[in-house]
Amino acid sequence: MIDIDPKEYLAPGHRACAGCGATIAVRLALKALGPNTVAVSATGCLEVVTSPYPETSWEIPWIHVAFENASAVASGVEEALKAKGKTDTNIIVIGGDGGTTDIGIQSLSGAMERGQNIIYMCYDNEAYMNTGIQRSSSTPFGASTTTSPAGKNSFGENRFKKDMATIMAGHGIPYVATACVSEPQDLMNKVKKAAEAKGPAYIHVLQPCATGWGYDPSKTIKLGKLAVDSKAWVLYEIDNGRINVTKKITNPVPVKDYLSMQKRFKHLTEDKIEIIQKHAEEKYNQLIALSE
Amino acid sequence: MVVKVISSAEAIAEAAKRARPDVIPVYPITPQTKISEKLADYVADGELDAHYIKVESEHSAMSAAIGASGAGVRVFTATSSQGLAYMHEPVFAAAGMRVPIVMADANRALSSPINIWNDQQDSLAERDAGWIQIYAETGQEAFDTTIQAFKIAENKNVLLPVMVCVDGFILTHTVDPVELIDQEDIDEFLPPYEPEHSYLDPEDPMSLGTLADPDHYMEIRHDIEVALENAKDVITEVGQEFGEKFGRSYGLVEEYKTEDAEIILMAMGSICDTIKDVIDQQREAGVKVGLLRVRVYRPFPKEAIKAAVGDATLAVLDKDISFSAGGALYLDTKSAVDNPTYNYIVGLGGRDITPSHIEEIIEKTKNPEKDVEWIGLKE
Repeated sequence: MIDIDPKEYLAPGHRACAGCGATIAVRLALKALGPNTVAVSATGCLEVVTSPYPETSWEIPWIHVAFENASAVASGVEEALKAKGKTDTNIIVIGGDGGTTDIGIQSLSGAMERGQNIIYMCYDNEAYMNTGIQRSSSTPFGASTTTSPAGKNSFGENRFKKDMATIMAGHGIPYVATACVSEPQDLMNKVKKAAEAKGPAYIHVLQPCATGWGYDPSKTIKLGKLAVDSKAWVLYEIDNGRINVTKKITNPVPVKDYLSMQKRFKHLTEDKIEIIQKHAEEKYNQLIALSE
Repeated sequence: MVVKVISSAEAIAEAAKRARPDVIPVYPITPQTKISEKLADYVADGELDAHYIKVESEHSAMSAAIGASGAGVRVFTATSSQGLAYMHEPVFAAAGMRVPIVMADANRALSSPINIWNDQQDSLAERDAGWIQIYAETGQEAFDTTIQAFKIAENKNVLLPVMVCVDGFILTHTVDPVELIDQEDIDEFLPPYEPEHSYLDPEDPMSLGTLADPDHYMEIRHDIEVALENAKDVITEVGQEFGEKFGRSYGLVEEYKTEDAEIILMAMGSICDTIKDVIDQQREAGVKVGLLRVRVYRPFPKEAIKAAVGDATLAVLDKDISFSAGGALYLDTKSAVDNPTYNYIVGLGGRDITPSHIEEIIEKTKNPEKDVEWIGLKE
């Protein structure tokens, strides 16, 4: 076990839904980083629930400007802190999947390409939850959302989710990882590695969302575990180009067990579940093959 | 002190260098590029100790500027036209977050059709953002205003971003003698920025850019209104102090032969130079005509305009148009004074504005037929 900082840097009392996975991810990440950290948020659930003026949940310096520009804001913060001679402060950028994989990908790509010394953490709840569960490019195949609804002529989302880790790795940055809120130690280890990396780091955290996925709020961690154990979400890192699966799955559960607990997949027929099962296995095997 | 024959773009870069910005996030766009290229040279040559961020868009230029200024350092950037339009969203946020960024805008037409030449539609489309907007007439004024802009923006009764507007190509790419004030004199006039309300320090954490619900939003927006009103005095004081130190004073407006004028032309930027020539000629012919140059467009200098216009008939020249309503300066002037006021839309997309166009405007204003008229349109 790593030493876990007992101090909370994201204060309780925020407005997140019961069982919110995003706030778990942030809470753990900030514990891994400690007090010498500045956080930059994209617009989204997290920003809304943590910063209702005149209150704030942030015990560390925090800035938010807009939806698509968190990485650019962070670039400015980093250069300003460097200008002041503060080169040891961690800068963590936190955006949802919409703010990261869709509208924010340009400014994110720019910051990564420039080699900004920032940690970007995407909290991926696989849709635009803040605005009412609309489909993003991170929405998984088969999920019913308010803009990819299941219906007579639709089985929900018809595309597999965008592979952000690979896109980020394509920037040649020193550290890329996936994580899940149900694996706190793995997540915190990765955040620490990201902080130690000389240059940009990207961590893509899957975080079950009770409101958007349709499950009992007490089951967030259970859902995360099922995602990982069914290979629907693979935990790995790309450390200076080397791929390493950080949790190998020896006794996988069927993806059906993961999908069936969620309202967004309840319409799926066996043939579609089979497609998801196959896709999950292929992706996992691919990563294992690449893993040293 | 040296006098160099340089473009306004270079004059602005020279001024920005002397203001010692810590961070310069910038993205190239014609006709602004000469400013950012010069600043890149200064950094590369070690003449300027600044963090130059080669961002991937203007949206990110303004976003990084907010991040850096929010973190408590002095920030300069520059843009133009489509770039300014692209950063529209964070431009509004910058004022709302009260970060004292200084940005030069090389005034250029907006698409469509795409056009790289001068008019002032780009910055006037941002008039509601909460920024201070100052329009320079000459290269010297562009230099002087850029220096003053930091002092105005960082004033604790203001704390708003300032846009220094210069006509694209007409100023940015033509050369004039510009007196470059020595660094030590600038340092004395413009001390380092010491943020009191906006910084990101782990020793003293604060949250910037929070969500404000209907219980709070209006008060925060009203604070911008108050700060812009405060800026009127601050701009005037800074312009006077600058004059006392360096011999060139600046105010919100410039009155040129307005005292007994029966017709007063109103305009912003480089066109005022041409207008002054025409006024001199008309005065010789006995026509009582003057110019009220609006140097500061935001905050809108209502009181100064009221005091200057007497009961003259006003001819307002706009290098912009709010379609079906009129130009921005005209509409604002109409809201401020009761004088008979007529609007002339000129020079869109770089269409030349000649002295004969100014004469035509003066003639038309003697016997006006339309409230809003486009001048220089081809048959």
